[in-house]
Amino acid sequence: MIEFILNNKTIRTETKSGMTLLDFVRYQQRLTGTKIGCREGDCAACTALVGTLNSNGSIDYQSITSCISPLGNAQGKHIVTIEGVNLTNELNVAQEAMKRNYATQCGFCTPGFALSLTGFAFSEKEKNYDNVLAAISGNICRCTGYKSIERAAKEVAEQLSDIESDNKISWLVKNRFIPEYFLDIPHRLEKISHNVKNSRKPLLVVSGGTDLYVQRPESLIEEDVFLVASEQKFKGIHIKQNRCFIGANTTVTEFWNNLHIQKMFPKLDRHLTLVSSEPIRNMASFGGNLVNASPIGDMTIFFLALNSTVTLKKDNSKRQILLKDFYQGYKTYDLQEGEVLSEISFEVLLPDTSFNFEKVCKRTYLDIASVNTAISVELSNTGSIVSAHVAMGGVSPIPKYLQKTSEYLAGKSLDVLTIALAAEILQEEISPISDVRGTKEYKRLLARQLFMAHFTELFPNKFKLQDFLTHAAS
Amino acid sequence: MQLVKTLHPPKVKKISKPIDRGIRNIDSYTHLRGESIYVDDVNVREGTLNAVVFDSNCAHGKIKNIDYSKALDLAGVICILTAKDVPGENQIGGIFPDEPLFAEGEVHFWGQPIALIIAETKTIAKKARRLIVADYEELPVITTAKQAKDKGSFISAPRSFNLGDVDSTFAKCDYVFEGESFSNGQEHLYIETQGAYAEPLENGNIRIVSSTQGPTAVQKTTAQVLGLPMHKIEIDVTRLGGGFGGKEDQATPWAVMVALAAQHLNQSVKLILDRHDDLRMTGKRHPYESTYKIGLSKDLKILAYEVELLQNAGAAADLSPAIAERTLFHATNSYYVPNVKSTVYSCKTNLPPNTAFRGFGGPQGMFVIESAIAQAASELGVLPSAIQEANLLEENQEFSYGQVATKVEAKNSWMSAKEKFQLEQAREKINEFNSNSPVTKKGLAVMPITFGISFTNTQMNHARALVHIYQDGSIGISTAAVEMGQGVNTKLLQIAADIFSVNGRKVKIESTNTTRVANTSPSAASSTADLNGKALVMACENLLNRLKNIVVQEYKVDEKTVELKNEWVYVEGEKTEITWEQLIFKAMAQRVALTENAHYATPIIHFDKSKEKGHPFAYHVYGTAIVTATVDCLRGTYEFDSVKIVHDYGKSMNPGIDLGQVEGALIQGIGWMTLEEISYADNGRLLSNALSTYKVPDIYSVPKEVEVLPLETDGNDMAILKSKAVGEPPLMYGIGAYFAIQNAMKAFNPNYEMKFHAPMTPEKVLLGLYNR
Repeated sequence: MIEFILNNKTIRTETKSGMTLLDFVRYQQRLTGTKIGCREGDCAACTALVGTLNSNGSIDYQSITSCISPLGNAQGKHIVTIEGVNLTNELNVAQEAMKRNYATQCGFCTPGFALSLTGFAFSEKEKNYDNVLAAISGNICRCTGYKSIERAAKEVAEQLSDIESDNKISWLVKNRFIPEYFLDIPHRLEKISHNVKNSRKPLLVVSGGTDLYVQRPESLIEEDVFLVASEQKFKGIHIKQNRCFIGANTTVTEFWNNLHIQKMFPKLDRHLTLVSSEPIRNMASFGGNLVNASPIGDMTIFFLALNSTVTLKKDNSKRQILLKDFYQGYKTYDLQEGEVLSEISFEVLLPDTSFNFEKVCKRTYLDIASVNTAISVELSNTGSIVSAHVAMGGVSPIPKYLQKTSEYLAGKSLDVLTIALAAEILQEEISPISDVRGTKEYKRLLARQLFMAHFTELFPNKFKLQDFLTHAAS
Repeated sequence: MQLVKTLHPPKVKKISKPIDRGIRNIDSYTHLRGESIYVDDVNVREGTLNAVVFDSNCAHGKIKNIDYSKALDLAGVICILTAKDVPGENQIGGIFPDEPLFAEGEVHFWGQPIALIIAETKTIAKKARRLIVADYEELPVITTAKQAKDKGSFISAPRSFNLGDVDSTFAKCDYVFEGESFSNGQEHLYIETQGAYAEPLENGNIRIVSSTQGPTAVQKTTAQVLGLPMHKIEIDVTRLGGGFGGKEDQATPWAVMVALAAQHLNQSVKLILDRHDDLRMTGKRHPYESTYKIGLSKDLKILAYEVELLQNAGAAADLSPAIAERTLFHATNSYYVPNVKSTVYSCKTNLPPNTAFRGFGGPQGMFVIESAIAQAASELGVLPSAIQEANLLEENQEFSYGQVATKVEAKNSWMSAKEKFQLEQAREKINEFNSNSPVTKKGLAVMPITFGISFTNTQMNHARALVHIYQDGSIGISTAAVEMGQGVNTKLLQIAADIFSVNGRKVKIESTNTTRVANTSPSAASSTADLNGKALVMACENLLNRLKNIVVQEYKVDEKTVELKNEWVYVEGEKTEITWEQLIFKAMAQRVALTENAHYATPIIHFDKSKEKGHPFAYHVYGTAIVTATVDCLRGTYEFDSVKIVHDYGKSMNPGIDLGQVEGALIQGIGWMTLEEISYADNGRLLSNALSTYKVPDIYSVPKEVEVLPLETDGNDMAILKSKAVGEPPLMYGIGAYFAIQNAMKAFNPNYEMKFHAPMTPEKVLLGLYNR
């Protein structure tokens, strides 16, 4: 049985845990404000909020796309649909701002936007324009061209500027963002177990589910699946003896919010904004990203460039291998029967190590890369390269650790010639194919450009694009 | 720029800022609360079955055998309907009868419906679909218009609009340039996918809830397929979750299928396409491959323009011939060209039948002449805007189709944009930026538009309105207008509330229903508010006159002295004791009819296809946009700094809603020109088959600044309350985005050779930047 609170109603259901939350709310609960646009997390017409009770009795709300979220992950949570933020006979503040600004046209994407905006009210982030846009950046609208929605979002952020962060929920109730019943939710959630009752013989292990539900929903929706998201032991980030350990269930959002991580990666905001969208980042786990083995997985490339190690667990045994050795061929990897990827770890970045992530796709945000790449470079105090790890996606059947390029860079002086020669080696290491994300000629050119971009980004005083180009032309 | 003679700039009329006034969209309350009802939200009858379409996975072939046995054996599958189960005609073609509902014998595109699987649940139906085994004898596949033309594969005979004599003129031109242009298709991506729900009623009648722009087309086609008279089929449309033309003709098959199933099973049936099914099975904006020849004089006047446009129509006519026709109507955009020869071929290929999409072929034609101008400018070393400005349409000049332009605002909008947005200074700033910025470059383009309003098929320009005033004074309005986000319901409500001078809360806009308003044209061609609004004005005014007559009788006064103001009757400017409610009460007591039906048919317009001449448009909409783009020349990515527009709204009756139309269309146009890339494999399979591979603009990809200034004009009496049609025209401002990017690329790579191959994806940008 799955037990959770849906808006103001406690749900106890025997429905299979693999059914999508979307289908459950629409067709079993007849909450039709949650719309179906794509069923692959790419439009957010199906946005829902998920409230999770913290140990201190407070509650955190995050937006998710309910179309690729297994119902079982609702266990012990407060699930909020658009109906759940409606006030009696009036619009809430976010809804009112959208109405005032003519930010609805056909109305089909509208509940998703209204809910994402309302969800922003709960977030810990500073209530500024950039952040409110980020909160709705996963929502697609085909009618308005977004400008009216931007105007509405700006007003919402302004109206949240004096939110009392210690007393958030009651402030939001008092200020007509959410209905009153929210006040009682933490208390009600305490009575519900957080633990998913996983089926004894799981057919499929599901973590965030954000790609699995896109690739093969039919194998999940009528099944009880094994939901690892509830397994606390696979969650969390900690530093131990100069290594950073990340549980496979950790979501991208949790990674982003972690203070250690933020310190280690000064441009983290820039890097992670390029990775899917907020509702997906709220669900997508690292473990899922790694075992999905997409040759273009953003976080896979990110971790490859950190020369990460993965821990593979089976019952009581475990083994560790380098992530770059984990991948064997297209969508195949070194995972034995019964093994689960439980953890990923990498050496804490030292101040003399620089890291960069680059990604280019058709649409800059919420898109899959044509080519993505990451690099970590350690410099000596004389400024030469001690070691480098370069990874690139979209250029090979596997997420590619560029062994030869990385090896070549090690021990060289950091200058245009080194990088130009490394760029040539890189071209020998990659084998892009033409597909819907670009021709192979384009991907090769892009690979060169993004490799250069690493260095112009990391060492802007030392490298200019023109230097590389002059060299390449000569 | 010595080449350009200074033109006498027309007096710039006063421009006012858009006012954030007028009533808000009346549907927004329920939209925002998730309470608006779309097809998949209607209360269905108990025992409703679900359907899934089985479609071809071969783009062209003979059907050798299809084995349904395993699918039929699956528990929960009720039946599978094919062409054999059609009691009437297995035919859904709108213009020509060339498209079967279910493929029979042969398949002509990948995604062509072959059968309908009806099951207890959608999940079961989908499982059953995977159990069907089809065997085809594959035939050669055509995916491009050029291939089709070479093979002589056409939907209809080519059409040509001619003016003057191009052949002799080219010889006299100082400059002649020839080139090629390509614009790709575009997926509508209405967020609500196609769908319908049908329930059987008594006596074999069927009621269909459809997400369609054209209820009558659905009704007529359903009747034809089911072998029933039209009066047995009722179509009801509450609203659409986006249409953009994609539900003008192509909402029909799904509605027909569920009706067929409901007839067959005597049970209600629902069919909502999954996104992947929708993308695969439905047509899109037409790709066009074109060749052009443009001749100019020394002072940059375009003297002659010849263009051959190959329209990729897909496997059936759908609306393609009409769309091809509109391409010709707009082949010279905002320019007066004295000698024009424009020819369009509607080419039959093995793609899903391409269909209406905001602009209806017009944008494709405009892109070609803008390409020709850009090429000419590039080769002559002048700015494209110098050529554009030198050729803007003026009063009383003739279009290639014979209509003489009146109340022309082409130059007015251009000069206004130039002045208000300080075009020259903006250019200088960009030049300065570019000279100081080695990696990031900016580019600017100006895009004028001229777009004709009316269905080009004259006989479609009519509409009706049915108005009931109920005895408590509340009002119900039915028209042929389908609300799909464009705000037509709000405009209709404004009209009625204004004429009766009652609070908008007294007015309800009913669903669009074929039993209340019959024989309608689809909500399309930007003219829905014009046509239905005018009919509504007539109906309301007739009712108003009847009501006033009651007062005239009672007070023995002249009708002219009677008016209704804020739900109160005034006589000779004095408030009487009669309220709106009391007036209605009196009308009831005196047995005055409180229902009125009115019919509006656009006057003046006509078009003679045998001569390809006439006066097809009630009026034109004008405007000018200035688009500025920034290109990251390291990564080949781009963004838009701003789009600044002077737009001819006429006298906007709802500036908030109309601004939304301009912004929405603009972004859709930019999407078409930049990142939206439809891709088919050579075997006809759609590769951009999901939202993960077909990208429409997100909130971050839209221009940072969009400023729209209304051009203040006298409006046009042919438009509803002088408020001009606004749905389609602004889409074509987006064409400027292509050229703005290209101009920025040129600033980085002086060797870059202009190409006219839309969309301008980051791939094309990067390859162009580094093409030596």
